[in-house]
Amino acid sequence: MAKSIAIIGDSESIKGFGAVGMDLFICDDTAASSQLLKQITDNDYYAIIYMTEEIFEACAKEREKFAERAVPAIIPLPGVRGNTGIGQRRLSSFVEQAVGSDILFKN
Amino acid sequence: MDIMNVNPTRMQMTKLKKQLVTAKRGHKMLKDKRDELMRQFIELVQENKKLREKIEAELKVCSSHFVNASAVMSKKALDSSLMSSKQQTGVEVTSRNIMSVDVPVFSSVDQSPEKGDIFPYGFAFTSFELDDAVTSLNDLMPDLIKLAETEKSCELMAAEIERTRRRVNSLEHVMIPRYEDTIKYIAMKLEENDRSSRTRLMKVKDMLLEKAHHYSEKY
Repeated sequence: MAKSIAIIGDSESIKGFGAVGMDLFICDDTAASSQLLKQITDNDYYAIIYMTEEIFEACAKEREKFAERAVPAIIPLPGVRGNTGIGQRRLSSFVEQAVGSDILFKN
Repeated sequence: MDIMNVNPTRMQMTKLKKQLVTAKRGHKMLKDKRDELMRQFIELVQENKKLREKIEAELKVCSSHFVNASAVMSKKALDSSLMSSKQQTGVEVTSRNIMSVDVPVFSSVDQSPEKGDIFPYGFAFTSFELDDAVTSLNDLMPDLIKLAETEKSCELMAAEIERTRRRVNSLEHVMIPRYEDTIKYIAMKLEENDRSSRTRLMKVKDMLLEKAHHYSEKY
């Protein structure tokens, strides 16, 4: 069965994604984000959940339980406020976990 | 030396030797698994890194298009033109098995009415900046889905590699030396028992001969 794609973030950053067929969940208050994530993931309807970086950081605890599962994939994207580098940091943390030291991003 | 708490018997030693062989074979296999996982992981991570850099750069362009659009259109008009989406992008989720790690594979199922008809609004009352923004975002969609796939795979594989590495290390540095030491301990203990019973027999023989022939009195 085909599953949908969701995006969570502040309205400025994500409204464009509605036009390309993602389901928008506007969340201007980062404190409420983990509650929102819980609701969205409740019925296993979404395969991919994109998040703006602020939201991604705000609901770190709620995300933990999805780390071991194949779906949903929770992916941070930079919002309108610019890139905080969290995506790169996440990737280098994977490398560090697997290899033992960060061999990819170290200059 | 770290040895197990076992009885030093021949049967126990045979059992341990069998276990040692199994442990060594398991160690070799897990080591191969770790190496192969690592190779695939590095490939995937490099791909992911490139993809992320590209997407982050393009998203920046997209959001600047949107900023331009919102500058020439009223907020209300912009919101209402984006509100009713024509296409519903979904993904078909299948899974792929990479060295016993189940990673998801997302293939997008586009349900837009027809190709090229991506705009959820009429062109009459919107600015061309908005068209640019929506087009560039639409072009980015396949990459976004690919990014989700590779990033999730990296996450799952990193966890599996860590687990496998722990297993390999525990077999290599704890389990196998412990088996070897215990086997050596039992072998030595058995030899020791052997020697002690032999000396005891010799002693007993001497004592019996002494009793029968009274050597010490004669000489």
